[in-house]
Amino acid sequence: MIRDPHDLQRYTASERANHWVTGICFILLALSGLSLFHPALFPLTMLFGGGTWTRILHPFIGVVMMLFFVVMFFRFQGLNRMREADWEWVKRAKEMVNGDDHNMPEMGKYNGGQKLLFWFLGVAMLVLFVSGIVIWRAYFSASFPIGVVRLGALLHAVFAALMIAAIIVHVYAAIWVRGTIRAMLYGTVTRAWAKQHHRAWYKQMTGK
Amino acid sequence: MALQSLDIAKRSATTTESPQARKTLEVAKLIDVSKCIGCKACQVACMQWNDLRDEVGTCAGTYDNPRDMTDQSWTVMRYAEVETEERGLEWLIRKDGCMHCEDPGCLKACPAPGAIIKYANGIVDFHQENCIGCGYCVSGCPFNVPRISQKDSKAYKCTLCSDRVAVGLEPACVKVCPTGSISFGSKVDMQELAAERVTELKERGFKNAGLYDPAGVGGTHVMYVLNHADKPALYSGLPADPTIAPTVTLWKSVAKPLAMAGMAAAALGGLFHYVMKGPNEVSKEIEAEVERELEGEK
Repeated sequence: MIRDPHDLQRYTASERANHWVTGICFILLALSGLSLFHPALFPLTMLFGGGTWTRILHPFIGVVMMLFFVVMFFRFQGLNRMREADWEWVKRAKEMVNGDDHNMPEMGKYNGGQKLLFWFLGVAMLVLFVSGIVIWRAYFSASFPIGVVRLGALLHAVFAALMIAAIIVHVYAAIWVRGTIRAMLYGTVTRAWAKQHHRAWYKQMTGK
Repeated sequence: MALQSLDIAKRSATTTESPQARKTLEVAKLIDVSKCIGCKACQVACMQWNDLRDEVGTCAGTYDNPRDMTDQSWTVMRYAEVETEERGLEWLIRKDGCMHCEDPGCLKACPAPGAIIKYANGIVDFHQENCIGCGYCVSGCPFNVPRISQKDSKAYKCTLCSDRVAVGLEPACVKVCPTGSISFGSKVDMQELAAERVTELKERGFKNAGLYDPAGVGGTHVMYVLNHADKPALYSGLPADPTIAPTVTLWKSVAKPLAMAGMAAAALGGLFHYVMKGPNEVSKEIEAEVERELEGEK
């Protein structure tokens, strides 16, 4: 229990647990989904007990993910409203990616990129959930016209690929910005981290 | 159908070439609708040969029994009462079942390697031991043929008696048909036979008689002689120009490679960004500022 008393609390234990249940579901869904998406990745079905088990498990994991995602969505949606400064941040994101963040506007708890990712994930989860129900052959597909089932399969594949790419960016951003991952592991960040990357939030938290 | 002796030309969820050294004759089944009397002997033979027994259904006011194909009924007679201008009331009876497409949509959609195969002779077959039960074949099929079993979740359909054909026998339905409405042989022979029959039908006044071998799916290995070939829909909704749905093509031929490339690019982009631009650390300046702020508090 080594803690700097000056560290700032970024996530509560319950928010972290919520995030990681969703994250584990995502990893299982991505692996099982990809295994049925491209023949080269079919061997991934072995992680789930074979092709048939992968087909059985994938949609149930999806339902669990949706439940936890919805809770997380409503927890964080208020903090993710796009503001003027966020759009300015997005416009300048290229500079930052190239290694110069001196002209980035002051950000609150989340920056413009994180907020856009949040809303994109909301849309993607909704599309994946609905299309997933439509193509869930064991229980639901027979209730939909064949054209809808075909469209469902297409949308499910497209949004899953977009979401996997978005999560790769999400994970990479956490690795790239040093000192970030601990926020989601044990909840705190250093003051210097907060001042560097989320100055408005730092001011709000410390009164400085 | 495992342990078969037929060469495989196409295999689901497989990206490499199939063996092609041996050349086999393409086969086809020709169903002459104009000779069919609707006796259902073909349905019975199919069930008997394939060890199937469907549940006894209920009468819904037509001769269709069972009402639809199931995992136990791989072929079903469909009875359509149609009024045409030339001939008044006509009873058009079509033996429905898998068409054994040259370009099978089911095989294109299937994610399980080797669950759907197309033999070099043109027969499309489901290998249930590789089937994972996802039902994508149902989405892929332009003819609404595959049926998923409620009991084992595997996909079933007509095999064109691939087990019989492999040992030089004709399909069970062909053998049993009492009017000679169903023929089996090489695809070329069946096309010739159909051409002769179409000429006969035209002489008898069916001026739109023709062969149903739709080009949209590359031709089929089950073909119909129709007395109204200009209106296939009259025969209980036989599609006029069946093709693999554009959504399925977009999904399997466009989204699949693009998505794989996109996801790989995202992952590699991250790695190379890190290697080339370095991590985004907290600046020493800000660390010192924060230190001073904290000391000021004391």
